This record gives sequence, C-alpha cells and structure tokens, in this order.
Amino acid sequence: MRTFRYHRATDPAEAVRLVAGEPEAAYLGGGTNLVDQMKLSVQRPRLLVDVTRLPLGSVEPLPDGALRIGATVRNSDLAAHPVVRRDFPVLTRALLAAASGQLRNMATVGGNLLQRTRCVYFQDVGKPCNKREPGAGCSALDGQNRDLAILGWSPSCVATHPSDMAVALAALDARVEVLEPDGAREIPLTEFHRLPGDRPDRETTMAPGGLVTGVRIPALPYARRSTYRKARDRASFAFAVGSVAAVLDLDGDLVRDVRIAYGAVAHRPWRARLAEEALRGRPATVESFGLAADEELAAARPLPHNGFKVPLIRNLTVRTLADLAETAPR
Amino acid sequence: MPEVTERSSVTLAVNGEQQRLRLDNRTTLLDALREQLGLIGAKKGCDHGQCGSCTVLLDGRRVKSCLIFAVAVSGSAVVSVEGLADRGNLRPLQQCFVDHDAFQCGYCTSGQLCSATGMLDEVRRGWPSVVTEDVAAAGPVRLTDEEIRERMSGNLCRCAAYPQIVAAIRATATAEVTR
Ligand SMILES: Cc1cc2nc3c(=O)[nH]c(=O)nc-3n(C[C@H](O)[C@H](O)[C@H](O)COP(=O)(O)OP(=O)(O)OC[C@H]3O[C@@H](n4cnc5c(N)ncnc54)[C@H](O)[C@@H]3O)c2cc1C
Ligand code: SF4
Ligand code: FES
Ligand code: FES
Repeated sequence: MRTFRYHRATDPAEAVRLVAGEPEAAYLGGGTNLVDQMKLSVQRPRLLVDVTRLPLGSVEPLPDGALRIGATVRNSDLAAHPVVRRDFPVLTRALLAAASGQLRNMATVGGNLLQRTRCVYFQDVGKPCNKREPGAGCSALDGQNRDLAILGWSPSCVATHPSDMAVALAALDARVEVLEPDGAREIPLTEFHRLPGDRPDRETTMAPGGLVTGVRIPALPYARRSTYRKARDRASFAFAVGSVAAVLDLDGDLVRDVRIAYGAVAHRPWRARLAEEALRGRPATVESFGLAADEELAAARPLPHNGFKVPLIRNLTVRTLADLAETAPR
Repeated sequence: MPEVTERSSVTLAVNGEQQRLRLDNRTTLLDALREQLGLIGAKKGCDHGQCGSCTVLLDGRRVKSCLIFAVAVSGSAVVSVEGLADRGNLRPLQQCFVDHDAFQCGYCTSGQLCSATGMLDEVRRGWPSVVTEDVAAAGPVRLTDEEIRERMSGNLCRCAAYPQIVAAIRATATAEVTR
C-alpha cells in the first residue's frame, strides 16, 4: 500500500476543498470498501479526508412524511431506525440483506452509494480493465461474467453496481444531496450512477471532488407495503446475483401504483419503469406481474455466462409483488 | 492545507487502558492491536472483511478491525477478546462456549466471542435482521436459531463448529432472559 496523509474533516466545505484540490485524494467513510481496495492497490490515494465526523450523522423525519438521511449515518443504524422500519421497510430489508453485522456497523450511506464494483477483474490489478485504466480493455467481456450485467452495458464495461441499499432508494425515488466545488445540488438517485458508455471510469454524475452530504426520500405513504428480495449464492453474507425492490399500492384487486427496481443487473440500480407502466390499472395477479417483468426484460442482453439472470429476475419480480399483494397494508 | 503527514499520533482506550501510539497511517486497528500492543487474541484470517476472525468491539459495537485504519478511530474505546472476561472470571458467553464445545482449533473463536457479544447487544436493543418476519414491528426479537445464524453469518469457522456456536449463543441468551 502506498503511504498516505490523513485528515479528519469537521466541515463539509473544507472536505470538498481538500479533495478537489488534490488529484490523488479520496474521502474515507467507514473504509469497508476503500481500505479493502487500498490493500489490493486498486485505489492508491495520497490523501484521505475522513468524513465520518462531519455533522451529517442524523436521520430526520420531516413533517410531510419525507425522510432526510445524513451521509455519515451507519448502515446498521439506518436499518434499525423506527421510522425507516415502519414507513420504508424496503430500505431496512435491503440494508439488512447486505454484508454482515460488523460491516454494517461501519459502512456509511455515502460510502455505500460510492462503493466500487465487485467485478473480479476490476479488483485484480494484473488484469486489463477499462474502469481502472481507460483504454486498457475489458477482461470480463470474454471472461468470467456470470455475476455481471444483463442491462445497459456497453462493450467498454459490463460491471454491475453492488449496493443493495441503492436499489431500495431507486424504488423510493430518493434524491442524493451533494456538495460539489461549485456548490450544493440534488440529483435523483436513478440519475446519480452513470451507465458505462465509453467512459466506465466515470461512475457518477457528480463533479470530480463531489461529496455526498445526504439522501432525501420523499413521502410515500403506500411504501409501508414494500419489500426487498435478494438472490445470492449462499443464504447470507454474499453479494446479490439479482435482487428486486418493490413498493405496491392496490385499489381493491387492481394495481393503483407500483415502483420496481432491480439490483445486480446493470451499472446502476435499474428502475423498471416499463414494468411499472405495464402494471398500473392491471389486476394484481401472478400473470400480470410476469407479463410486466417480460416487458422490462425484453431489453436484456445477457452475456455468455449469465443468461440465467433473465428468468431469475422475472421470478423474483413475480414472487416479490405476489407477496406484497398478499400482505395487508399497515 | 492543514499540516498532515504520513504518520500520526493515535490514542486508544484498549480494554480499559489508555494507549498512545505513533503509527504509520497504513496501520489497521488489527495490526495496531497485534503488532504494537501485543494483543494477539484478534486473529488475521482473510484481512479483507470476509471472515470475522478480527472482530472487536469499537465504542461498544462489533466491527472488523482489518478494514479500519487505527488513525481513523483515534479517540475511541476498543474491547478485544482479552478484555471480555471480568477480572479473570469468564463471562456467561465465554463459559457457554466452553460448556458447548463451541470451537475446535479456536482460530475463529476470539472473533466469534466479540461478534456474539455485539450481536446480543443488538438483539437487546430490538434491532431486526433480514430474517425477522415483520421488520416494522417494534418490541423484543425472538432469538430463533435462524436469527442467530443470520446475525452471526459474518463469522466463518473453518472447523464448522457452527451447531455448537449456535447452541452456546442460544444458551447465553436463554440464561439472560431467565435470570
Ligand atoms: C465482505 C464484504 C461483503 C459485502 N457485502 C455487501 C452486500 O452484500 N451488499 C452491499 O450492498 N454491500 C456489501 N458490501 C459493501 C459494503 O456495504 C460497502 O463497503 C460499504 O457500504 C461502503 O461504505 P463505507 O462507508 O465503508 O465506504 P468507504 O469504504 O469508506 O468508501 C467507499 C467509497 O466511497 C467514497 N466515499 C465515502 N464517503 C463518501 C461521501 N460522503 N461522498 C463521496 N464519496 C464518498 C470513498 O472515497 C470510496 O471511494 C460488502 C463489503 C464487504 C467487505
Ligand atoms: S466489466 Fe468493467 S470493471 Fe469489469 S473488467 Fe470489464 S471494464 Fe473492468
Ligand atoms: S481478518 Fe478481518 S474479516 Fe477476516
Ligand atoms: S474452531 Fe477452527 S476455525 Fe472455528
């Protein structure tokens, strides 16, 4: 590991100034991804600006039912927050489906959104990878790509975003609050992560040096009927092979409104807007859930080793929505 | 630009004792405990957050010390397996591990003990897990074997002492409830 300087920031503007002013600087959250990758030489910062002491550590329910979550809130605290559990159970479930108790106690909201892909070639500095080194080539395209994308990929990169939390936030229409060198702004979560195109090294739509300061979830009373379902290679403590976050609003036996997002299928959490469109006003039955998933997955372009993800996501969609339809709203 | 260097002074309260160290910033909390303080209870298994053998309690919460730079937690309190016993007397959890043969080679045991200590505290606070049927329901968690397994899944045991580990934790929790 390269040597690095360490600075504990107490003021967001100072943190942004330090990171933006030094090309080889990085923010340090809980470190559960960054420290790991520094050990692998995948990331080699010269300066770490520790943001965990910034005054961004609270979860604030707003009077209108919205929720503001500070960027340094730990994943375990967010999952256990009574308002999150009651009003946005999909978020609690997504958080608790990720990593392990020890890691969730360290991981922060900002760091979780910015965690890097688990593509094995990205993590192996001996292998060419366009995301680490633009122009080097992609080892996964013709290599081991079982875990990688079926939607939205480009010949430059077929990696997926690994976060479970972000999938729930995509379904909840969350907005990411960022502080950039030019000032503060909000970015819809579904537009925060970029599709790879020909620049897979550019992962977000934030300006370089941008700091995530928080996440805002708008009020959504029917989100009390929401859940997260994750398929993985072992029962616990593994990244998703595919996952579905869903929020369902029923009008008798008809779907009044619905929100669906997929994880582990693309470079960003995949909001399934075509499936949502196909479901509104339709009967809440296994048949319509399946047809809606087909509508979304018509655009899927599986890689040589991951064709199974298409029926997997279809089945997860059907099961998740069917379970939600059966539960009484709280 | 404030004065920052590649080495730092780090203060840590370790098992109740105040420690002052001068460390290379690259030193993880695990390496500080093992190499600087001679506390070799916390084990280095994978060194990448995957096995749990390095688990310690940081300000009362279980964490993986291999993924934490010591400098980043300067000012915190750490309890490692060496600090779990109460003046030489084993805690109920430790005694239950002995009583239930909850280890074979023992490599993972320090981490299992620290993790279970943190986990039981999370249960006391009513935190749900992903196998909790209704996460929205407040109130006490029913600590089924399924809950224990899910909550302890961040700790791997190569000897596969899992059934005994679950039994030891179940016994500790039951003793607590009936005490
Ligand atoms: C063994 C293992 C298993 C895991 N399993 C899962 C899983 O199943 N599902 C899942 O979703 N995740 C999983 N994770 C990943 C884990 O959730 C992430 O590592 C964690 O959420 C990252 O948060 P952090 O605060 O530790 O980030 P850090 O490691 O501190 O930072 C990650 C990145 O974000 C940047 N960053 C940090 N904070 C900010 C900020 N406020 N603004 C801008 N940039 C910032 C850092 O510079 C860095 O590039 C796993 C991790 C491990 C080690
Ligand atoms: S899929 Fe993306 S991250 Fe993986 S090797 Fe190819 S370019 Fe790199
Ligand atoms: S050594 Fe820390 S988790 Fe394996
Ligand atoms: S007892 Fe040997 S690794 Fe667990």
